[in-house]
Amino acid sequence: MVWFPGEDELPMSLSYTDGSSKGITVKAMGETSRNVQRIETGARLGIRGPYGNRFDLSPRRILIVAGGSGAAVLAPGAERAIEGGAEVTVALGATTETELLFRERFATMGAEVEIATDDGSAGTRGYVTVAVEQLLATHTFDAVWSCGPEIMMRKVALLARARGVASYGSVERQMKCALGMCDACALGPFHVCVEGPVFPMEKLLELPEFGAFKRDSAGRRVRF
Amino acid sequence: MPELPVRCAGIALRNPLLLASGIWGESGESLARAWTAGAGAVITKSIGSLPRPGYPNPTIESYERWGMLNAMGLPNPGIGEYPREIAVALGAGATVIGSIFGGDAEEFASLAVAMAKTGVCAIELNLSCPHAQGYGSEIGSDPAQVEEVVRAVTDAVPLPVIAKITPNAADPAGLAAAAERGGAAAVSAINTLRALAIDVELRRPILAHRLGGLSGPAIKPIGLACVWQIRERVRIPIIGVGGIASGQDVLEYLMAGASAVEIGTQVAFEGIGAFGRIGRELSELLERLGFARASDATGAAHFATG
Repeated sequence: MVWFPGEDELPMSLSYTDGSSKGITVKAMGETSRNVQRIETGARLGIRGPYGNRFDLSPRRILIVAGGSGAAVLAPGAERAIEGGAEVTVALGATTETELLFRERFATMGAEVEIATDDGSAGTRGYVTVAVEQLLATHTFDAVWSCGPEIMMRKVALLARARGVASYGSVERQMKCALGMCDACALGPFHVCVEGPVFPMEKLLELPEFGAFKRDSAGRRVRF
Repeated sequence: MPELPVRCAGIALRNPLLLASGIWGESGESLARAWTAGAGAVITKSIGSLPRPGYPNPTIESYERWGMLNAMGLPNPGIGEYPREIAVALGAGATVIGSIFGGDAEEFASLAVAMAKTGVCAIELNLSCPHAQGYGSEIGSDPAQVEEVVRAVTDAVPLPVIAKITPNAADPAGLAAAAERGGAAAVSAINTLRALAIDVELRRPILAHRLGGLSGPAIKPIGLACVWQIRERVRIPIIGVGGIASGQDVLEYLMAGASAVEIGTQVAFEGIGAFGRIGRELSELLERLGFARASDATGAAHFATG
């Protein structure tokens, strides 16, 4: 949990974990994240955690599917996996070319990168799941990791299941206590803060709400 | 083995360990899971008339082992939307107690009527949240208002009514007595204590709301004192709350005068497995001390001291 004093405290994954410094990546979504982007060098943040789990780095051939800002969560995992000797293929999707996150970084770390954009401004035109379907047909993978819009994650998990490949996803929910107590991040019977954010996708596919709705900060169901 | 089922406020509980309001309870599936994990009953989040997002983060500051501060700000989806979550918990067979908060007796009564229709077996009145303007302890610190609210609710619904008492008042036992006069079937005590956490590096309060409520082991002796004093003032059953982390803690509350207890913060420290573990510890302890039933321990410390 990263505390931006006077603004908010947000659940964030580290997007840079190399060396002694750590990094987070903030996309301007709402008022808080826009203000956070204006933070100046030397400003102080509060940190609680780390909480929750992470991707298992043991698979040798990994397909990473990153939709939009999901790349911020997956990039450090890709680096650690490659350092450990894994072969990593990345399917990177975004609405348009300028929204593609860490495209160079994935290529530099030694991953094979497939690009898809909704508007065709870079890579394949259309959803990243089209690229995923082709990669699953032409490559052999031990695991699929995904992070991005839940509808994408659901589709990726179903494609992986059809090929008999284990898949894992990092999911996002409203987060408050981060201690498994307040229920803000409830997803089916799970609490994303302590039992996630990474789940075996087979567990999530069983939940009618996965890819269908999340809860707002009042606990109301909000459809995707 | 000793018998753990107890009766409290006219409700049959399979054991005296209740999931405290505010813990889990935003989703019906979480309530169902707490029931499956062994809670004797589950109490919903406090539900108000309208959806309420609660306060911005940080809403929690945790001190491992001894306590935790929170200022969630009563987030809840509102009574219009919440019944379907209760339906999920009831569908799993759970004994569900509905918690409500209102700004005056009239609002409490109308919320109770709506809550009663959901199938809950009792209603707990949040008269004690220490950090919500116009609600909770702002109403619950005045005996006259406590009596008025409880009376309005008991007049409006046929269910047992439990008044949750604040410790942030000069005379919590007097508040319990007011609840009894109003017709409450039981009181629960205590809610969190008003508290503050400061970050010295950033030179500011940690919680976005500044003031919050302290829970966890640090407040157990205060909860015990309140239960003890309430036992001396009222005849209705007491549900003990505050810092329960072990079977011995439960037994201390029972001996101080409680018929059942609520567990909350320990779920954050340990997970929902806390219910099973604490239940086993209570059972072993009751057996070792020669109690045939958990209910036999209620008030035992009063009898010993005459």
